[in-house]
Amino acid sequence: MLVKAKGTQQSVAASRLLDGEAVWLGAGNIWVEDVALAAVFDGADAIAEALAFAKAEEKRQIVVDVYPLDVEITDQGTRPTHLRERLKGIGPTVRRDLGKQARQPAA
Amino acid sequence: MTEMTGPTPMPDTHSPAIRSNQPADAHAAVYRYDEFDKTFIFERVEQFRAQVERRLKGEITEEEFKPIRLMNGLYLQLHAYMLRVAVPYGMLSSTQVRRLARIARVYDKGYGHFTTRQNIQFNWPKLEDVPTILRELAEVDMHAIQTSGNCIRNVTTDQFCGAAADELVDPRVYAEILRQWSTLHPEFTYLPRKFKIAITGSPNDRAAVQVHDIGLIAKKDEVTGRVGFTVYVGGGQGRTPYLAVKARDFVPVEEIIGYLEAILRVYNQLGRRDNIYKARIKITVNEMGADKFIGLIEEEYARLPRQKFYVDPAIVDAIQTHFAPPPWLDLPAVSDSFEAAKQADPAFARWTRTNLTAHRTPGYAIATISLKPIGGIPGDIEADQMETVADLADLYSFGEVRVTHEQNLVLAHVRQDDLYPLWQALDAVGLGTANAGLISDIIACPGLDYCALANTRSIPVAQRIAERFSDLDRQHDLGELKIKISGCINACGHHHVGHIGILGVDKKGDEFFQILLGGDAGTNAALGEIVGPGFDYDGIIDAVETVVNTFVKLRQPGEIFIQTLARTGHAPFKEALYARA
Repeated sequence: MLVKAKGTQQSVAASRLLDGEAVWLGAGNIWVEDVALAAVFDGADAIAEALAFAKAEEKRQIVVDVYPLDVEITDQGTRPTHLRERLKGIGPTVRRDLGKQARQPAA
Repeated sequence: MTEMTGPTPMPDTHSPAIRSNQPADAHAAVYRYDEFDKTFIFERVEQFRAQVERRLKGEITEEEFKPIRLMNGLYLQLHAYMLRVAVPYGMLSSTQVRRLARIARVYDKGYGHFTTRQNIQFNWPKLEDVPTILRELAEVDMHAIQTSGNCIRNVTTDQFCGAAADELVDPRVYAEILRQWSTLHPEFTYLPRKFKIAITGSPNDRAAVQVHDIGLIAKKDEVTGRVGFTVYVGGGQGRTPYLAVKARDFVPVEEIIGYLEAILRVYNQLGRRDNIYKARIKITVNEMGADKFIGLIEEEYARLPRQKFYVDPAIVDAIQTHFAPPPWLDLPAVSDSFEAAKQADPAFARWTRTNLTAHRTPGYAIATISLKPIGGIPGDIEADQMETVADLADLYSFGEVRVTHEQNLVLAHVRQDDLYPLWQALDAVGLGTANAGLISDIIACPGLDYCALANTRSIPVAQRIAERFSDLDRQHDLGELKIKISGCINACGHHHVGHIGILGVDKKGDEFFQILLGGDAGTNAALGEIVGPGFDYDGIIDAVETVVNTFVKLRQPGEIFIQTLARTGHAPFKEALYARA
């Protein structure tokens, strides 16, 4: 995490311990691989509670490198506001055959 | 291990090893492990396997595990883990290249990425697979030690070592001695910060030694005839770039370990541990003043027990056997078939102008394999391509492959007679681009496409520049022009020493790119200067073309970019870039 989250709407990102896959905390405290499905937490208390759960998941060997990120809600779901976090949700722009983007069904 | 994958029929081989039924890479100049080395590497793998198991069981925390995994080359990046494998001083046998291909195919996504430290990175390994990957590496005398952490990193050197005509001493011998000295050195495993050493065995610097923590350039004492090194200290790039200062003009080869031990001791004591951004030796040297720092080195060197660090000629001789010259043949200096092929095939002739370097032995040449196809990702190579390179190395270059700090590969001992079939086979798999040293031979860090530290992407900028200048005739007309791109201030893409350097910066969430002009990583090392305000993602390509077009207007016959820039200064380039604003 190099970009400090400071917005009122935030999600929680992490990497899965076993394979390093980028994941986000989704509804019902389930880790999801699609950032569009990331839960959006409004306000400091909700964000702190979500981070506390995520940190506990870190201690349970589920995820590592937990951090909050600024997001916005769009018609397509949750969207990180910073480029780095958007790329984390997609994969390398120079290899569209790799990463999460490669799993999207063809339009 | 794997079947031949070359796309074109392989002709009868000139390889003496193959003809004599030895392994095809029997003469490859790589350091071959003895039982002690093998035992150590395999024990290290099993140690890491146990550490991973403990991590997965929750017996150790991530905080405890992170330094352990880093000491074994394992990072956590933007999309996945990344494993950085050491290629000591850039030397590989064909067997090792095939093993890297297998690892790419079985455990990763079918490709690898060669780095500016002459290493290779795999971008998608799973944590649970890494101990097995390391075991596969150990089986071919490879590992991931000293590719991360605050230790002395993998020593880098001149990719033309052992073949270049201007060489005074084989740098691989001393790079290997440095490796053996530094691996698990009890004092230098937890330095204030990472520590990079580069060494070149010729007076002409092809290893960017002046932007390393320690740089060694071979030198011959004209009076005594002794060979040694000029020692530079305190160079580096990153957010605070410095060229190294000369610590000693001449240190005899047998005293080099003692002298470096003294440097490391002083740095280990005085290097700042309170601020990661000020922890490299370059900061210590420049905050303290070079004269004072060098004085402390000399005091320490005078104090330490010299005999303990004396490089015994017997050890040098023993290590030298690993890097013995291959059995070159007595050949005429000029190959008729080579000359005829150049006449018959202009594309081949063009490749020979940029991708060949003179060999010390008549009838041979050094061939650079460009990993910069137009529009490709600098340094990336597919598993199939690795196997083709391994096959071609067996056929034409004693089963040996080198990695360059400019993210290309080298076959160092190719008979001139073999150059045309070699190039045809390379070209058939996309590895025959005639652009070594030209504008599309770009160093680029992984940038935001992979790296969690980056501010901007680097690779697509490199790709778009290469595409803009895709006309090879235009590239050849421009001549040597080195562009180096970093996606953040850490400067992994060496932007400070690019003739044209490009630095990606985050401007309120958008990618912006600053242009630096006048850097040089060679013998006349120089740091580039930022030319003015940055450009956005679309504008940076036009800006580079403006710089290049300005050079074309200003150049005098025979000048390359860096010479024109030195003659004219930055003003006309700045004017061209910003006049329209």
